[in-house]
Amino acid sequence: MFFPQVKMFRGLLGKTLGFVGYTIQYGCIAHCAFEYIGEFVVCSGPSMEPTIVSHDIVFSERMSRHLCKIQKGDIVIAKSPYDPTMNICKRVIGLEGDRVSTRSDIFSSHTYVPKGHVWLEGDNLRNSTDSRSYGPIPYGLIRGRVCLKLWPAHTFGTLGENPNKQNVKSHKESD
Amino acid sequence: MAQARTSRRYLKAFVSGFFVAVPVTVTALDRLAYVARVEGASMQPSLNPDGSDSDVVLLNRWSVRNSQVQRGDIVSVVSPRNPRQKIIKRVIGLEGDFIRTLGYKNRYVKVPDGHFWIEGDHHGHSLDSNSFGPVSVGLMHGRASHIIWPPHRWQRIDPSLPPNRGPLEMGEDDD
Repeated sequence: MFFPQVKMFRGLLGKTLGFVGYTIQYGCIAHCAFEYIGEFVVCSGPSMEPTIVSHDIVFSERMSRHLCKIQKGDIVIAKSPYDPTMNICKRVIGLEGDRVSTRSDIFSSHTYVPKGHVWLEGDNLRNSTDSRSYGPIPYGLIRGRVCLKLWPAHTFGTLGENPNKQNVKSHKESD
Repeated sequence: MAQARTSRRYLKAFVSGFFVAVPVTVTALDRLAYVARVEGASMQPSLNPDGSDSDVVLLNRWSVRNSQVQRGDIVSVVSPRNPRQKIIKRVIGLEGDFIRTLGYKNRYVKVPDGHFWIEGDHHGHSLDSNSFGPVSVGLMHGRASHIIWPPHRWQRIDPSLPPNRGPLEMGEDDD
């Protein structure tokens, strides 16, 4: 009388454990993919127009960040220095040691990007809060490099170069 | 014939085990906990009191997933000067706190939003916020919860502020 119920219970328990096991396994594979290969990002805000407009979906790859191979001119996703739960999407204008110009409404001066930091600016210079207001950010806050735009479909493909012609001298160049 | 079949079976078991073990281990190290050896004397006497033996600490990554941290915690942080290196220091002040610094360019500092102030317990032998200023919370990597090696130093690390190091109480004036 007892045995069919026990058998059914054992069968159900086995199936549940199997399901949980598969969920954990595929969840971990998903984590590894998003952490080490790349992630999809929905952008919002006007600071990167015309390269990226609000509600675009882009793919940001993680390998360049882990191998420390982010270069000048790359568009990166980084954690906001003033709010660790928010992300920002900007272009790298200067790497450590570069001389960047801090253009403001009233005056313009130059500064050197300190060791371990990067200088970010949005492509839409008039409507972007970036390193010109909060200074260079540590390289460790960078999450990934945007390499591909996925949506809207008619703009699918790689992203363009910096529309603002910057005259940035690298510390390796000579006058 | 039978030998080839069993060796192929072992290979299949090994490969399928590998694809389960590696993502699960990597996810656990990224999301749950991490083990790290402490180098240097900047956290004496709390960590590495001898100088000859290095402590090994357990870094809790789960508790910092929402960037929650309290004063007195020992945390591991991506160095703002070198993104390939992680430094382990104690949190002295959180955003909004006023800190009296030890050797920083300003005598008093208000910690900005989204930042915290970290110091090594061994003042003078520590590269910390007194050298590079407040650190963005986005750089926090994990919280040191236990010392797990050597065995005679096995203990839980509780958050505690060193004497005379902490946020300044902005008291009210007596009229």
